[in-house]
Amino acid sequence: MKNIFFLTCLTLILFTSCKSKNLYKIEGRQIAVTDSLKSNQSIEDYIKPYRIQINKSLDSVISYAKDTYSKRDGHLNTAIGNMMADAVYEESNPVFKSRTGKEIDFVLLNHGGIRSIISKGNISTRTAYSVMPFENSVVVVKMKGTKVQELVDYLVREQRAHPIHRLQIILDEELQLKSATINGETINTRKTYYVATNDYLYNGGDRMTFFKPNDSLHVLDYKIRNVLIDYFTKNDTIAPVIDDRFIQIKQ
Amino acid sequence: MKRRDFIQQTTAASALIGLGGIGLSSFKSSQKKITILHTNDVHSHIDPFGPEDGRNPNKGGVARRASLITSIRKENPHTLLLDAGDIFQGTPYFNYYGGELEFKLMSMLKYDVATIGNHDFDNSIEGLYAQLPHADFDFVSANYDFSNTVMDTHVKPYKIIIKDGIKIGIFGLGVELIGLVGKNLYKETVYNDPIESAQDMTRILKDDEHCDLIICLSHLGYDYRHIPGKVGDLNLAEKTKNIDLIIGGHTHTFLDKPTIVKNIEGKDTLVNQVGCYGINLGKIDFYFDSDKNKSANGRSIIV
Repeated sequence: MKNIFFLTCLTLILFTSCKSKNLYKIEGRQIAVTDSLKSNQSIEDYIKPYRIQINKSLDSVISYAKDTYSKRDGHLNTAIGNMMADAVYEESNPVFKSRTGKEIDFVLLNHGGIRSIISKGNISTRTAYSVMPFENSVVVVKMKGTKVQELVDYLVREQRAHPIHRLQIILDEELQLKSATINGETINTRKTYYVATNDYLYNGGDRMTFFKPNDSLHVLDYKIRNVLIDYFTKNDTIAPVIDDRFIQIKQ
Repeated sequence: MKRRDFIQQTTAASALIGLGGIGLSSFKSSQKKITILHTNDVHSHIDPFGPEDGRNPNKGGVARRASLITSIRKENPHTLLLDAGDIFQGTPYFNYYGGELEFKLMSMLKYDVATIGNHDFDNSIEGLYAQLPHADFDFVSANYDFSNTVMDTHVKPYKIIIKDGIKIGIFGLGVELIGLVGKNLYKETVYNDPIESAQDMTRILKDDEHCDLIICLSHLGYDYRHIPGKVGDLNLAEKTKNIDLIIGGHTHTFLDKPTIVKNIEGKDTLVNQVGCYGINLGKIDFYFDSDKNKSANGRSIIV
């Protein structure tokens, strides 16, 4: 009954309200937000106190970039990614060693985790925030050699410039694995390795499922961003390069 | 130029209807225009990029976007402002204030509806919930089930807005969270199949609610057709019907112009995405007319 009533009403509406409801034309475009647009002053004024507060804390210069570094420059390894993996090793290893007496064997981060370029010129705390805006922290995973082999298989399969340090992967012309070494040595499937990564990847981010199960997990409570800030503060000039840590041999 | 052409065309059309309008009895042809403005993946980019920026110098900025939106609204008050997610994360504004300023500014800009991106979970679902009091706009998601989370009842599958008598249905779709967001962050949020959810939504919005315009706010990503089984905006458009516009996000895709996709019925669906960081504002104008003959031959899409 209700339905019939509804339908009747609807029919009435449809016939009586002959409104402008026939979509006949769509026009789409994109408008660039550039400095040719005048800023809305009240919005500007509203943001200001927030900005002043943050800037005070961020704009101190802590290093210098010799060039502009982007994660898009490079095929299987990038200068900016290499720098990040190097920084994670250099800054985290002493912390890890002092707590456990062990050393990190190698580092794996993810290409997608590089969230911004580093522009040529002064590096400030802000740079670290744009490269690593996320709150992710360093974790060290004790992994069996067989799981490390899975990790290598993943990298070979993905063929993305996921940042690594002390791990070297060489692919042949067919993009198949030619060799994989950790600190110059072939992976021993009977050994265990200490792998530094971040909690996002440890929890399966970027489908990196090989971190689990593992022998143990060490949470360093050390944010990747703070790793970068500490690394920049120690190094007055940053000049990373694309190298041979993950490459394809071409004949 | 285009605007003038349009005015000339519609004047001509009105004149024709005036002559041949006996069949339509007393109805007059009248045009209506709904403007949809949209952003995606703004990622806490409140300030413009500085002149020194290596990629986007002097681009973006909320205060500039505000004046642009104001001027468009002045031109057409029947305007909606939408966002396709990843409002959070990307500048210290988020790290220091947890998204408070992003939501406050979007409210000041009078956003109408937004959907939820994966990064909006970055301070965990509680972190998102904590900022809701600062948002004077609605969140829609049809495929995230928040029933067993603090967000329960705060996100609706869809929202209907009537502008100038035009009934606009807007629903949201979110990306699969496993592997993208830590379970410790999204907690008991359940991800459902976006295509099935979209089919449910279009049935409700078209068949039950009789919406004149159906918009999907998607944070799925633009194109994954090379990955079997993964849903992006392009295959979403291909596999559904009655969606007029998919506003996308997630993949930070810069398009030269909106993409026209044939849906499952062979009709045109528009898919758009405007990159990221508030560098661009998308603007889609929908023109309605009382003359059914005009739309009977399909709609013209000018992109």
